[in-house]
Amino acid sequence: MTPAFAVETNVGYPLLSVLVFLPLAGALVALMLKGDRTLKAWAFAVTVVEAALSVPLWTRFDPSTHRFQFLEMADWIPTFHIRYALGVDGISLLLVLLTTFVLPLCVLSSWRYIERRVKEFVVSLLIMETAMIGVFAALDLVLFYVFWEAMLVPMYLLIAVWGGPRKVYASIKFFLYTLAGSVLLLVAVIALYLKAGTFLIPELMDQGYSFAFQFWVFLAFALAFAIKVPMFPFHTWLPAAHVEAPTAGSVILASVLLKMGTYGFLRFCLPITPAAVAYLAPVFLWGSVVSILYGGFVALGQTDMKKLIAYSSVGHMGFVTLGIFLVNQRGIEGSILQMINHGITTGALFICVGILYERTHSRLIRDNSAVGAFMPVYVAFLGLFSLSSLAFPGTNSFVGELLVLVGAFQQNKLLAAFVIPGALLAATYMLRMLQKIIWDRVSGHHHGHDEGHGGEHEAGEAHRRRLFDLDLREAGMLAFLSVFVFWIGLNPKPFLKVMDRSIAHVITQAQAVEGLPEGGMTGLMNTLFPALGHSGGEENAAPEHE
Amino acid sequence: MAFAHETVLILSCLALFALTLVHVRPGTARAAALGLSALAVVTALWGVGAQGELFFGAYRVDAFSQGVKLLLAVGFFLAVAFGEGVRGIEAEHEPEYFLFLAVSVLGLTFLASGVELLTIYIALELSSYSLYILVPLRRHEHIHQVEAGIKYVLFGAMASGVSLFGMSYVFGLAHTTRVDDLLRLYPELVSSPLGLMGLTLMLGGFFYKLALFPFHFWTPDIYQGAANETSGVIATLPKVGAVAVLIRLTGLGAESAGFATVLTLLAVLSMTYGNLAALVQEDLKRLLAYSSISHAGFMVAGILAGTVRGYAGALYYVAGYLIMNLALFHVIYALAPRGQNITLADLRGLYRRSPILALTLAVAAFGLAGIPPTVGFAGKFFVLAAALEKGHLALVIIGALNTAISIYYYLKMVKAAYSPEEEGGEAPAGRVALSPLGWALGCAFVVSILVIGALPGPVLGWFQRALSWAA
Repeated sequence: MTPAFAVETNVGYPLLSVLVFLPLAGALVALMLKGDRTLKAWAFAVTVVEAALSVPLWTRFDPSTHRFQFLEMADWIPTFHIRYALGVDGISLLLVLLTTFVLPLCVLSSWRYIERRVKEFVVSLLIMETAMIGVFAALDLVLFYVFWEAMLVPMYLLIAVWGGPRKVYASIKFFLYTLAGSVLLLVAVIALYLKAGTFLIPELMDQGYSFAFQFWVFLAFALAFAIKVPMFPFHTWLPAAHVEAPTAGSVILASVLLKMGTYGFLRFCLPITPAAVAYLAPVFLWGSVVSILYGGFVALGQTDMKKLIAYSSVGHMGFVTLGIFLVNQRGIEGSILQMINHGITTGALFICVGILYERTHSRLIRDNSAVGAFMPVYVAFLGLFSLSSLAFPGTNSFVGELLVLVGAFQQNKLLAAFVIPGALLAATYMLRMLQKIIWDRVSGHHHGHDEGHGGEHEAGEAHRRRLFDLDLREAGMLAFLSVFVFWIGLNPKPFLKVMDRSIAHVITQAQAVEGLPEGGMTGLMNTLFPALGHSGGEENAAPEHE
Repeated sequence: MAFAHETVLILSCLALFALTLVHVRPGTARAAALGLSALAVVTALWGVGAQGELFFGAYRVDAFSQGVKLLLAVGFFLAVAFGEGVRGIEAEHEPEYFLFLAVSVLGLTFLASGVELLTIYIALELSSYSLYILVPLRRHEHIHQVEAGIKYVLFGAMASGVSLFGMSYVFGLAHTTRVDDLLRLYPELVSSPLGLMGLTLMLGGFFYKLALFPFHFWTPDIYQGAANETSGVIATLPKVGAVAVLIRLTGLGAESAGFATVLTLLAVLSMTYGNLAALVQEDLKRLLAYSSISHAGFMVAGILAGTVRGYAGALYYVAGYLIMNLALFHVIYALAPRGQNITLADLRGLYRRSPILALTLAVAAFGLAGIPPTVGFAGKFFVLAAALEKGHLALVIIGALNTAISIYYYLKMVKAAYSPEEEGGEAPAGRVALSPLGWALGCAFVVSILVIGALPGPVLGWFQRALSWAA
């Protein structure tokens, strides 16, 4: 019997539970508060305290082991051996920290933008934080699934209530896509339990399931994760959701939500279904390359800044999945680092777009051209994060993409060769946007809207007055994020060090591959459906009966 | 005092009957019913551990039956509590409304304890007949109630007939009507085509109560035609009784692959058909009717697993379904001061008009869709896990996919309640008048859907212990 509540943390108290439930408690308190200012201040206070509390995760983490740390365990639903189990290792640690540090910025970025239904907004945001940290910290599959799905509701509300003109369409599409992806995940979760008799994630690993079983479980997991990432054919919900969501929603989506898919691949697919990963890795590697190129090309054609960044996310996340399915040290290091980098950089870019939108009420590049003359500080930050986004040396993304590329070259030179144009595309579309926004002629919306020549002067004046530069709040947010751009860009060692052991362990687990079907499609079919197999498939099918 | 609960219910019915004989002021009957149903909850709680038998073992009080009775009593209390005076029914019929409601609950209570086929049948009829009377009891300004009343009687009588016909086969084969003996004898007999048909037909009457495909045809019309408060009752309480009987009787077919196939097929068709039809509904009660057909499929998925876990899952599922559906009917009832039907368009801007009702609606809708951490999710998880344990992979996959389909129409409800500006049209103006009790009920619904869903362990464990006889 497990004890009612076991805590084996590196600190003297159940730190992860505090991190998971503090925002929820904050949300409950927020229900009783009155006044928009108070509510926003309360949300900011809660998220800042949360971020401060999460610091011991970093300082007390022991990077010399791959084991889960800050462990907590309690019986939850004894009938099904479902446990409340939390813990982090080198893979999830940085993602938890990313979440706790991005959330205060989400509150800040909504300071002026959100004016209606502030209470509901604050409550949704805080519940969202609980669910996100829960996803990264859960060590029980059912607990993970509960947080994973519970996240949909507040995110749906964030888009549906505070979103742009097509918010209804975007929010329902988001909900339907992600839910449809994850319902089969539930079936796979139950199937794993029936096979292994536990929902505990560490116990589910290294079980040596039969190939056929791994194959189906992997497909169910992969569908859910590929939609969340999103990988190429499953990405269509993302631009819609990004464009319509309010700034805070876009930041959460880009910085944290997309990482859940890639985190899922790393946490579940590699250690639990290694044989299926080994067998299907080429599909996902080339799928990632397609994502990188497709995202890049489509971003090239965008006129809406948010859409451009959304499609660039598809490309960037392609790098992450590429790194994961390389299943080598460099590739996975790069992909985890890239998850963090994308969270920082793309989050910052969405904040930048939000700042501009609050001034010009347009997200079109055309309407925002030549703001450089009026907002020098703003464009400095925009330029910095754009350079980071295109992986300029010295910035964070450079390190991540380089590691992934090194991993790719180690594995498959042809594959790596196809990735290079993706990096070039990123430079093209980011610089194109940057050039238009900073230096292009003042031709933007006052021409477009006023038409008349006489009004040009006054319109220019109005333009100038509207385009005041960053205030302290906005500059603070961006400055905070730019610290990380340089920190990771110039000194990635400490970040790589925490994940080192965990990655090595995952790779060992992922290499425990045996019983792969041979003989192409026929071999696969014979393994998956032994009943249909003819004489040739018998010996392949035989080891599958356990 | 094992039968205190039944005694109190019978006396309550008599008291309400006395009220129908005299002239009372409007509201008196409701106050009486509220007090009596609260008393019923208390006695049901008190009787939880009771054991006992009546009528030569035809009527048995055990942990399982007491659990079901508690659910019924809670449902009864809630159904009375959200009626702030009956709105959809002529004031002069108010005492009769509560009388027949109580008699129906009494019948269902008997159903939970019936361990002999004729007892079960009589209890079934007792609960049905009072509902036959309740359905057409609606104010004349609404048009559908007569059609609904006739349909309900016709379909109900037919389903009872089918059930009785099946019982005659079962009796003919096994020469007994006692469930205990049947559970011993029947698993061998069910392999014959006659045995399978007899069992399936016998259960037909309960599938009808559960609104399982293809016994579902009455559901949308009756939900739409009956008064809001009546639909709320019909949507919930009879299903609890039906699940209880099905749990008692499916053991009869435990050994039969054919019977499992029949149930699987019905469950799959029910979930899928209900969900697809619900997608296009505009009338909220019709929508809920189709959604209930789909939920019936999930309940059967738990029952057909035939294990303690499956049965406990199905009971948990129906308990959650009871709370969530009553929550939605609470909203419908509160939105219709004249007892009219509510459409999706009427929900527009609900958030502004009554935040608590909008929250109740959203939580219940997400719960019915099976989003964690609600009772809906936990219930779905338990029944699907139990079914997969028995190897019903196709059923489980189809069930999971149905979750994704159903979210669309539940989201339509939430969307309407939370985004008033959409798709033109004036949002109905004005705040919704809600009594303190109505407000408290809304909060209670929200809290219980979330708390029982997030911490399902105790409830599930209790059901499981109550079902230990099925192991």
